[in-house]
Amino acid sequence: MTKIKSLADLKKMKSDLQSKIALREKSDTPEGRTLIKVAMATCGIASGSKQVMDFLVEELDKRNVDAIVTQTGCMGYCYAEPTIEVTVPGKDPVVFGYVDTKKADDIIEKYIKNGELLEGIIPVNYETIEKNK
Amino acid sequence: MAKYKMHMLVCGGTGCRASASDMLYENLKKEVQDNNLEDDVQVVTTGCFGFCEKGPIVKVIPDNTFYVSVEPDDAKDIVAEHAIKGRSVKRLLYTDPAKKEQIPDSKHMGFYKKQIRIALRNCGLIDPENIEEYLAADGYEALGKVLAEMKPEEAIQEVIDSGLRGRGGGGFPTGIKWQIASKVDGAQKYVVCNADEGDPGAFMDRSILEGDPHSVLESMAINGYCIGATKGLIYIRAEYPLAIKRLKIAIKQAREFGLLGKDILGSGFDFDVEIRYGAGAFVCGEETALIHSMEGDRGEPTFKPPFPAQSGYLGMPTNVNNVESYANIPVIFNKGAKWFASIGTEKSKGTKVFALAGKINNVGLIEVPMGITLREVIYEIGGGIKDGKKFKAVQTGGPSGGCLTEKHLDTPIDFDNLIAAGSMMGSGGMIVMDEDDCMVSVAKFYLDFTVEESCGKCSPCRVGNKRLYEQLELITQGKAKKEDLDKLRNLSNVIRDTSLCGLGQTSPNPVLSTMDNFHEEYLAHVTDKQCPSGVCKDLIRYEVIAENCVGCTACARNCPVNCISGERKQVHEIDQALCIKCGACLEKCKFNAIAVI
Repeated sequence: MTKIKSLADLKKMKSDLQSKIALREKSDTPEGRTLIKVAMATCGIASGSKQVMDFLVEELDKRNVDAIVTQTGCMGYCYAEPTIEVTVPGKDPVVFGYVDTKKADDIIEKYIKNGELLEGIIPVNYETIEKNK
Repeated sequence: MAKYKMHMLVCGGTGCRASASDMLYENLKKEVQDNNLEDDVQVVTTGCFGFCEKGPIVKVIPDNTFYVSVEPDDAKDIVAEHAIKGRSVKRLLYTDPAKKEQIPDSKHMGFYKKQIRIALRNCGLIDPENIEEYLAADGYEALGKVLAEMKPEEAIQEVIDSGLRGRGGGGFPTGIKWQIASKVDGAQKYVVCNADEGDPGAFMDRSILEGDPHSVLESMAINGYCIGATKGLIYIRAEYPLAIKRLKIAIKQAREFGLLGKDILGSGFDFDVEIRYGAGAFVCGEETALIHSMEGDRGEPTFKPPFPAQSGYLGMPTNVNNVESYANIPVIFNKGAKWFASIGTEKSKGTKVFALAGKINNVGLIEVPMGITLREVIYEIGGGIKDGKKFKAVQTGGPSGGCLTEKHLDTPIDFDNLIAAGSMMGSGGMIVMDEDDCMVSVAKFYLDFTVEESCGKCSPCRVGNKRLYEQLELITQGKAKKEDLDKLRNLSNVIRDTSLCGLGQTSPNPVLSTMDNFHEEYLAHVTDKQCPSGVCKDLIRYEVIAENCVGCTACARNCPVNCISGERKQVHEIDQALCIKCGACLEKCKFNAIAVI
């Protein structure tokens, strides 16, 4: 191991290493970050949700979008898999269906960055337990 | 490098390891491999999450799912359900005891809601055996900043401005301590970290060293730079093998990265740290005794002055600080003294780590802002008293502290308020007691500890505490008279006023504070010869309530001395001459047919 020789070296090393625990630090303060849930049940995985999730994780990082990507169980829209739910801070969650990597790219660029709505949104047709409280 | 999509943080603290969390870690790793998920899921051992009540803990990131009481065999389900199918393993989630609801993630747990984690910031977040994770979490940046951009005086001023006070119990302002040490000249100055945590039930320092050893090393180096010391020593008790192991790994890694050793970060400042082992004597937490022990002498205190800052280790100027005090230092430099001083009360800044123990639902390690009330700690974070019993008292400050009662529940906790209430902050032990605890016995328990741990150098402590213990024993046996209570108080005052060191000066506190707050209970023992809580064996007897007894024989079968007789389906009887008052019959009886009288 080469020694760290200066404060500048230390800072550089930190920025290289930061990604190692960035996920843990981000999830500790989820407030104010975009949250993306990828449905990863059997139907989702069979339709390619894993590739979509990989794509999202990689690209969001590359494009410096502050977001947390988690996987979730089946959302029930098996006909439209892969489905993802995107919650931009301050807005209601939006579920997108038939998401492939190209669609995911659009979602990042148009919806998350600019707030434009896209084709393929699945309207909310349920109430959550939390809302009923 | 693979980009992990999920991190599984497995608690590697002593408590969880005792419940096989290391096997759980291995199993999780294996399951992840068997399912070809090595590139997606990272399994990490971290320090203590604090929720020791329900260990072993596994936290899954990014959704913050918080699994409790996880066994090694649960690894299969966690990987199959959570990592592959994306749904949580419901049976392992934490259930709120009050609401009987399952809580999906740590963000919704009452235990964490009121906590602010500064000293414990990295416990449960990073792998303590991997310096790279510490570096990623702003590690050694404070040291770098201090060495490159600050003069020692400026850095000391920053610590003074933060208002940080010694977390070992004394509450002396840390910055002032550094300033005093910096002004004394010596051929070789020393920085000493006091990791001789000895209060019964306290494990704050151990958890910090196990979960975030680098933060202590970094702070010691900052301390060294501020006072002009190039050598650091950590005095740690040999009973903390895991903390020692992780400290050794941390020291080795810090040397390899050039963060300890010669010319740190090109600043020309040299600093290195060594470990010294203690044999686990309580008195060695006192700084002069600690220094003598490190020198190879008997661990006995000496009179102050001279203070260690003037003449400490090997006669050289020495600065001694506690583990938790050190763990706060990097944050003060990274976030600024002003930020730190914005937390807490007027005279006690920042947070305090407490080891919550006793009759409370959420036993564990918590870090709360100074000024929080006991009520919030016990009922909101601690989840209330076990089995719905009634709160009676909370003991803070260990053998040097006292008991706080219901009337103190809304007192903001800080150094000065606790002293005013007849207790003290101490190092942070907090033992909660319910209606079943006898306060005379509690005082006796602490005196037993003090008698054992007194070094024997001065007579008030050596002889006085022994006599104090004997008097308490007489009270619990029903052999004391009412006048003896005055003797007890007088003797306590003499010991407090004439002992050489902090151990003896504070050892009567448990007696005095219980006498003040539970006078009635003492009176019941000496005048009525009764123990209201039913604890003192010589003052109680177990009896069968004839109308409730169905003759199930459970009591007779479980009695270790066979003193219960009676035929099947007949009322049983306890032979009082043989009964050892162990309480086994009371515990086993399902029909409320055994009474304590």
